[in-house]
Amino acid sequence: MIARRAFVLIAMCSVLAFGCSRKDAGADVAGAAVSLNGAGATFPYPLYSKWMAAYNQLHPEIRINYQSIGSGGGIRQVIAGTVDFGASDTALTESERKKSAAPLHHIPTTIGAVVVAYNLEGVQELRLSGDLLADIFLGKITKWSDPRIAAQNEGAPLPDRTIAVVHRSDGSGTSAIFTEYLGRVSPEWERSVGVGKSVRWPAGLGAKGNEGVTGQIKTTPGAIGYTELAYARQNGLSVAALRNRAGEFVVPELSAISKAAENAELSEDLHGSLTDADGSGVYPIAAYTYLLVHGDARDPVKGEALAKFLWWAIHDGQRFAAELDYAPLPAKVVTRIEERLRSLKAAGKPLLSEL
Amino acid sequence: MAQPVQSPSVPVSRAPSKRARGEGNVGDAVFRWLTAAFAATVVVTLLAMAAEMVGASWLSIREFGAEFIVSRDWNPVTEEFGALPFIYGTVVSSLLALAISVPISFGVAIFLSEMAPDWLRNPLGFLVELLAAVPSVVYGLWGIFALAPWMRDTVEPALREHLGFLPFFQGPNQGYGMLTGGVVLAIMITPTISSVSREVLRVVPRTFREAALGLGATRWETIATAVIPVARSGLVGAVILGLGRALGETMAITMLIGNRPEIDVSLFAPAYTMASVIANEFTEATEDLYLAALAEIGLLLFLVTVLLNVLARLLVWRVQAQGGAAT
Amino acid sequence: MTEVVERFGGSVRVRVLKDRLVRGACAGAALVALVPLFSVLYYLTVRGLAGLDAAFFTELPKPVGEEGGGMANAIVGSLQLVGLACLFGIPPGVLAGIYLAEFGNGAFGRVVRFCADVMSGVPSITIGIFVYALVVLRTKQFSAFAGGLALAVIMLPTVTRTTEELLKLVPEALREAALGLGVPKWRATLRIMLRTAAPGIATGIMLAVARVAGETAPLLFTAFGNRFWSRGLDEPVASLPVQIYTYAVSPYEEWHRQAWAAALVLVGLVLSLNILARVLVRHRVRT
Repeated sequence: MIARRAFVLIAMCSVLAFGCSRKDAGADVAGAAVSLNGAGATFPYPLYSKWMAAYNQLHPEIRINYQSIGSGGGIRQVIAGTVDFGASDTALTESERKKSAAPLHHIPTTIGAVVVAYNLEGVQELRLSGDLLADIFLGKITKWSDPRIAAQNEGAPLPDRTIAVVHRSDGSGTSAIFTEYLGRVSPEWERSVGVGKSVRWPAGLGAKGNEGVTGQIKTTPGAIGYTELAYARQNGLSVAALRNRAGEFVVPELSAISKAAENAELSEDLHGSLTDADGSGVYPIAAYTYLLVHGDARDPVKGEALAKFLWWAIHDGQRFAAELDYAPLPAKVVTRIEERLRSLKAAGKPLLSEL
Repeated sequence: MAQPVQSPSVPVSRAPSKRARGEGNVGDAVFRWLTAAFAATVVVTLLAMAAEMVGASWLSIREFGAEFIVSRDWNPVTEEFGALPFIYGTVVSSLLALAISVPISFGVAIFLSEMAPDWLRNPLGFLVELLAAVPSVVYGLWGIFALAPWMRDTVEPALREHLGFLPFFQGPNQGYGMLTGGVVLAIMITPTISSVSREVLRVVPRTFREAALGLGATRWETIATAVIPVARSGLVGAVILGLGRALGETMAITMLIGNRPEIDVSLFAPAYTMASVIANEFTEATEDLYLAALAEIGLLLFLVTVLLNVLARLLVWRVQAQGGAAT
Repeated sequence: MTEVVERFGGSVRVRVLKDRLVRGACAGAALVALVPLFSVLYYLTVRGLAGLDAAFFTELPKPVGEEGGGMANAIVGSLQLVGLACLFGIPPGVLAGIYLAEFGNGAFGRVVRFCADVMSGVPSITIGIFVYALVVLRTKQFSAFAGGLALAVIMLPTVTRTTEELLKLVPEALREAALGLGVPKWRATLRIMLRTAAPGIATGIMLAVARVAGETAPLLFTAFGNRFWSRGLDEPVASLPVQIYTYAVSPYEEWHRQAWAAALVLVGLVLSLNILARVLVRHRVRT
């Protein structure tokens, strides 16, 4: 009796566990079902999630699950082999590169901007020079009414409120881009904090992901933080105009971001920095974001699906970029990526032979 | 609990006589070894956990030694890792939670076991325990949209106005920080402390109370002189169990404490706890040493909560043994 | 006792007043303790109900920043994880509990009991690290399997100790009657003892299930997340708690709406398990 009941209970658990996972197996149409798992940067997540959804509609048998856990996480998990591809807004460091058993390639997917967003009622426009921004994040300027802020923003109704600095608590490519910029414009930042995905922040609140930082800024009056442009736009946050190398205050707009990429050269491994770039009308904190893929895939089926997706992403996928406030890849970069994608292999065989 | 546990020695001592019968003998032996094997999984799991944790943190233990728990540098750029800010955040937020929760929990326990009318006792006890059933992440969600704004706009300004001369209540009121973290922890450990205390009070024999009441004591005097002294170590045990829960709590506090590894005397300032730093950074630490440092924080948390639990259980057992002996 | 009598000295009025004050304070404490519960329930009802719609139960999440979509995959994923946790956690726990109740007064029994108690106090995030290192790194795959295992590890000590306690409450006379009839001990234990204790054990298990159903921290490193339906237990899977966390800290109003809806569903599930468990207890006591 008890044995039968126990059996029924166990059977129920099994049905619950196994049954659900097979539930929709029949719904898949022709073509082998492929599930790809990726993880990493939150910076391009709005665009990636759009891509993965759109691509799934074109190819229902292919599901690309992307979890935005931060660039540090993307690098770590792709090296550990727990995901099929990683994503990061910064290039791999030398030691990260060495740790990976198989070579990893950077595939630039789009160009985004790190914007300085703030939550101040009544202040529509805010202009900040690089050194001023660094001093705010260093905790040296603590009030919105500080004369140095006022000097750059004449007439703005700056309140006597404490500045609540918001930064990332996770390992983040957005942080790496932002600190790289601060390091370039402020020697003190370079010296006392440094540049990296996780740094020791001298001031402020930590929040997880671009999502978290944006959410924190949105719910905290007096907050200032850095986030990807798409997040600020989608959530109606005010963003500051930053002073570029040419001395102009530039608001983050697609044209200003594209301009940053115009003169930049990519390395052999297709990565390069766009922060504090030269030129007129350039927004100073732009960046390429990358997918990290194995040059020689473990699983040929997955490898092929991924390579085809990437091909789609750098061509058809680019039309989604502008509406989500990312700048499309320049044509010359697309050509170089095509070449790289053709070189991707699985067990020594090229994955994109027919293209 | 009130019923003293029957000694299981009875069936065991009877075993030899059963051995005489062939069928029972084999079946019983198989049964015994089978259940023993599964009992062993409990031990093996715990040991494996300890071993994995030590293994994962070995690099950091070797690199930093004891320095790890006293250094306040947490700098992934320069690869210097000290756990002090996290230990500080964990300890202070937990103590804060105890300071808020203990008086309330004891009040609830005394009310439920000594004062409440019968019709109220069970429903009320049930409601308090429901507090424990709400998942941590739901407290976090509620914290972000209800608690943090209330702390920021009402509680923190009021504290600053009246107690602002103390360094604990200075600085900007952001709503996310040590104080909010402590409050949410207090809410979450109240059911633990109050229900264990209630159990402990319940095993104090009725005769003790009747004796005091017979001597003309009021209810409170009875509780203070006849009940609490007997239950004292059990009550301490209840508090320690609550502390253990607070130390290991992760989601709600991660969502509310502000996540900054600095030691700041102000309770309004953001802080960081050991569990939170693991939740935030564990999947993404790319350098081996960084990962090992996080694992070592996990190991420390593991050791501390294990010690506290052992201590608490010893204390609660003592009262139950006394209570059991006196009836 | 003389000391006690002395302490009761003093003006009767003061004593009575003090008594009233303390009674008031205790009743007040009970009220204060319930304020957060009602606040949480209020928010859940108001915001959660506003967020619930048919799509929530039937659709997959939409891309970031778009309106609509639901959490069908997370609801199913949570059920899957809980099912796996039961599968991995309950049978070993019950058998280990039987061992403790029947044979557990030796040194090994004490060690097992001690380990179970210690394990029940281990923070769930630590269990997440453990399963990540043990399963995820070795299989090179975040998976429903790993998530279910983490939850099972959390359940194991509770199930073990509950089974033990309840078996010990079964009157020994029942077993002796069976043994007297010549039934072997193992059958007597399974058929008589376990069956008698079954409702109580079921209650304990239900409470353990309710607890793990809301666990978030260990799933972050094990079950991970999935925007789609997962195709098998070796794939990452979405779950309600992780989804609530991700959506709660995000800036999107739409996601906040869904986070509240998900929280309402989750708390509804957990509370009904709790209430069911208690009803079972009452039923058992009455019969």
